[in-house]
Formats: sequence, C-alpha cells, structure tokens
Amino acid sequence: MQFSSYAKTLAVALSLAVVAGCSSGGGTQDGSDTTGMTSGSSGSTSGMGSSSGASGQGMGQQAPSENRVYFDFDSDAIRPEFESMLNQQARYLQSNPSTSVVLEGHTDPRGTREYNLGLGERRANAVRQYLSIQGVSPSQMEVVSYGEERPAASGNSEQAWAQDRRVVIDY
Amino acid sequence: MKRWMALTGFMLLMMTSLMARASGDLTIEITRSNDDAIPIAVVPMRGEGVSPSTDISEVVARDLERSGMFAPLSRGDLISLPASGDDIVYADWRRVRANYLVVGRVEASGNGYRISYELYDIAGQRRLLGEIVTSSDEQLRSRAHYIADRIFEEITGIRGAFQTRIAYVTANGIDPNIRYALYIADQDGHNTRQILTSDQPILSPAWSPDGQKLAYVSFESGRPAIYVQQLSSGRRVQLTSFQGINGAPAWSPDGRKMAMSLSKDGNPEIYVMDVATRSLTRLTNSSAIDTEPDWSPDGSTILFTSDRSGQPQLYTMNASGGNVSRLTFTGNYNAGGHYGPDGKMVFLVTRTDRGYQVAKQNLDSGRLTVLTETSQDEAPAVAPNGTMVIYATQQGARGVLGAVSADGRASFVLPSPDGQVREPSWSPFLN
Repeated sequence: MQFSSYAKTLAVALSLAVVAGCSSGGGTQDGSDTTGMTSGSSGSTSGMGSSSGASGQGMGQQAPSENRVYFDFDSDAIRPEFESMLNQQARYLQSNPSTSVVLEGHTDPRGTREYNLGLGERRANAVRQYLSIQGVSPSQMEVVSYGEERPAASGNSEQAWAQDRRVVIDY
Repeated sequence: MKRWMALTGFMLLMMTSLMARASGDLTIEITRSNDDAIPIAVVPMRGEGVSPSTDISEVVARDLERSGMFAPLSRGDLISLPASGDDIVYADWRRVRANYLVVGRVEASGNGYRISYELYDIAGQRRLLGEIVTSSDEQLRSRAHYIADRIFEEITGIRGAFQTRIAYVTANGIDPNIRYALYIADQDGHNTRQILTSDQPILSPAWSPDGQKLAYVSFESGRPAIYVQQLSSGRRVQLTSFQGINGAPAWSPDGRKMAMSLSKDGNPEIYVMDVATRSLTRLTNSSAIDTEPDWSPDGSTILFTSDRSGQPQLYTMNASGGNVSRLTFTGNYNAGGHYGPDGKMVFLVTRTDRGYQVAKQNLDSGRLTVLTETSQDEAPAVAPNGTMVIYATQQGARGVLGAVSADGRASFVLPSPDGQVREPSWSPFLN
C-alpha cells in the first residue's frame, strides 16, 4: 500500500500530462440506448478486445515482444529489472510516433474490486510516467485499469498472484 | 449438512425433481448454525387431491433456517402430520421441543391452488396466524416465500426479506478468454436469470431503490463504463464513459442520484450524478484513491473508501461534499463499506491476520466485529431487513457466494454449478 512519495509526485505530474495531452476525454452518452439480454443465453454484448490497433508501422520495426512489467504486493514501484525492457519500448514508440498503446493495469485478486481498479490504474500510470520521461509522447499512451478482473494465473498462491500484478503494454 | 442427510427419501425425490427443473440454480450449504435458533416444526402441507410441483413447506422451512434465527425440525423428527388446528396435540410438540408449528393444506382452485396455512404457538397453545393464499403453479415458490415472510415477521417482529432477489456476476475461463455474465436470482439462489453476458469484465451491480433497475460497470466497449438496465424490458442506457475509471455506482435512497468513482481528473474521486439531467458534482479532492461510495439510508451522508492516509480506510462526508471524517481505525485495510438499513451499522471488508474478512462496525461505539471465518471475503451486501449479509468468498480455487447473519451466528454458502461467482448485490424489498 505504501507508495513512495516520489511515485506520488510523479503520478500527479503524470495526471496533469494526461489532462493536457488527451483531448479524447469522454462524456456522458445521452441517448445511447441499447438493449441488453433479458433472458436465455444466446445473446451477448459486443464487447470488443481491449487493444487499440497499431495505427502505423513506421520503419518496418516489430514492436518489442516483451511487454509485461510485474509489481510487488501493494506497490506501483517499477523494479529495476524492468527498466531495460521499458527503455526498449520507449525507443520503439519514439521512433513510431503514430503508434499508440494501451497500458493495462492489473492487480492480484485480494481486496475489493473497485479499490483494485484504482491500484491497477496507479501501476499503469507509473509505467506511463516512466515511458513519458524516456520521451514517449503522452498522446501515444492510454491507461486502462482492469483491477483484478482479468487474472493472468489461476489459483490462490503467491506465485499466481505475482503473475497477476502486472502492467501489459498492449499495441 | 446433517439436516440435509436426515431428509427422508420422499424429500430427496422431491429435491431431485426440483434440481432437474432449474439446473443453473445456486444450491445452499449451511456452514454454521446458531445454537439459540428457535425450534419450529413446519409440517408438509397436505395435498388434497393435488401434487403441486413445489414443496411449499420445504421452501418455508429452508427460508426460516437460512435466517439463522430458526431451527426447523427435520421431517424425520415430526411426530405427526397435522393439517389444521383441530389435529394438533400440543403435548407431542412440546415433547420434541418445538416452540412453533406451521400446518397447512393445498387444494385445487381454478387453474392453480388454494393454500391454507396456520402458525401455532406451542407453549401458549394458540393460533398466531391463519391465511388462505391462491397461487398458480409457477407462483408456488414466491407464495412460499410470502408465507415464510409472514411467519418470520409474526415471531421476530422483523419484516421478512424472503421475497427479495440478489444480483451477482459469474466468470468462466482464463484470460484472455473469460466469459462474464450478470445474473439475478431469488434470495435462495433459485430462479436464476441471466441478464447480460460479455467477454469483458462486469462488476459492481447495484439495485435501484425501486427494484426495477440495475446499475453496473461493464468493460464491453474496451473501457469501463456505467450502465443502467431496466430488468423488465432489458432496455439499458450507458450512463457514463469518461476517460479512466468509471466505477462503483451507488443509487441515492430516492433513486434520483448516483454516486460513483471517476478518475477522469487524474485519480479516482467521488462524484454524484443527477440521473435525469446527467449533471455531475465532484465531492472529493485528494490525490488518493477515493471509491466505493454508499449512501446512508436517510440520504444525508456518503460513506467511501480512501487511501489518503496511506492505507484504505472508510470515511464519511456530507452527501453534498465536505465535512470528511475518518470512520475506521481498526487494522490497516478497511474498504467496500455499506450501511445497514437502520443506518447504525456499516458492513465492510477488513484485513486481519487471517486475510480479508467481512466485518461490521457499530457507528455509535466504533467497535468493529469480524463476521466471517474465511480469508478472501469481499463485497458484503446487506438484506433490506438488515438480518443477513451476502458476500463473495473462495472455496478452494472457486469463487462462491457466502451469507452470514448480521449477528455472525449463522452462515451458509451458495456454491454455483459452474464458474466463479462474485459481486453479490441484495435487492430492496420488492413486495
């Protein structure tokens, strides 16, 4: 739970960057009526995948295949072992400025779901901020927190939970 | 479990046929009984030339048993099978230590049934209740819940909540191929009805105070958004789709406003939206996570979770914002708070040496009491009469719903036939 004050300061700075850099802020969707299922099991919502497709493949490079950052329990601090991977991601995004990514924040299943949405967002924001410092434009990155809703591993063990606590850089 | 084992062959036959009718229903396993529960004999209703598809007396007995306040005698212990007051030999029922006795008859009436039931006080040797209700074959379970409500209220003085419903979410599969579904069911797990499915997460269902609508968070667009769905028609509206988290919808007691957590300004803050006009008012202003709002029953106060102190704790503030006050001080993790219906108790998730458990905090004394005995308990939802709390827990690697009486003395689980079950929400009174 203890987040370093350094991270908090950066998070605030990042938040400001988000507000400044993102013109796609949502609003209420008046009149967007749709009909949900009322019975049976044949229908479903049209839930689309979470990735926003890469919109440009500048210079013919492949996006780096390593795209996951793992976190300690109740922490949004980026561990040193993930820095070189993130630096690689940053270089790719900088050289492909028309490419955008979704930073998916995830937590392990312990604790309440809504609070975990907040924790997942903090982790994704920490990655966004790291990449931003490396020179990636904030407009190339969007944070989506899934909290504990999409676990990477099943089972109730520290090993499984360690896999769950992650940020996925999704092209 | 013992009680189930003691059922007669007739009952097992009856249950098998019921299970076959509704295979998706949640079942019930009693996990803890209250030693002081009131013994009551619920005699199988005499069928006068009819054989209804539902065993009404069984539904009534199980309702009363789940409340934790009653201990229905097993059918094998029933000393005789009276169907009306004239047939009762009080001394017999005193001998088997029944405090109360329910008897009744079912007859054909038009296309349905006429159910006559009576409640007797054994010590006082007097009738407390007697009523005739009519029912179609399809209505039998809900009529049985009505009868259980009447008996419960007559004896305890507390309004029964056996005609209420629950909503919950299921998940099947492993990322990235998880199927999520939102269900509603009767409070005993029967009559399940799927109202939404998605390949993206669904969470935080919340009943509107009139019981007609559910608000929930769905990621079906690839981003979290709050939806409101009319239960009768299935028609729904997307209420929010702001940048970032759109979470934790909570209806005001009058149903006109919805509190929620939005991170559109950089980190999760509590907002209140006027449901009709969609106008939005921000109530909190901290760099912390502020989420899980819940309205006091009188609508004057909003309870919420915040980690502004470094750890998640519960706070209250005026429903119009301001006057923030910390509520919880026991332990370093208290979240997901919900007021009980009398506004004097808050039910929450607390982290203990054992793990995450459901607890209640008395608002007068400030005392926190842990109610559950397991270690991954969350999402407490209180029955509208305040007697029971349903919550999400784990059995092995499987998510199931558990329920515990508000005094902590009785509990049961509702294992699902398939998938992970979580995020229960208890409806208001529907009758």
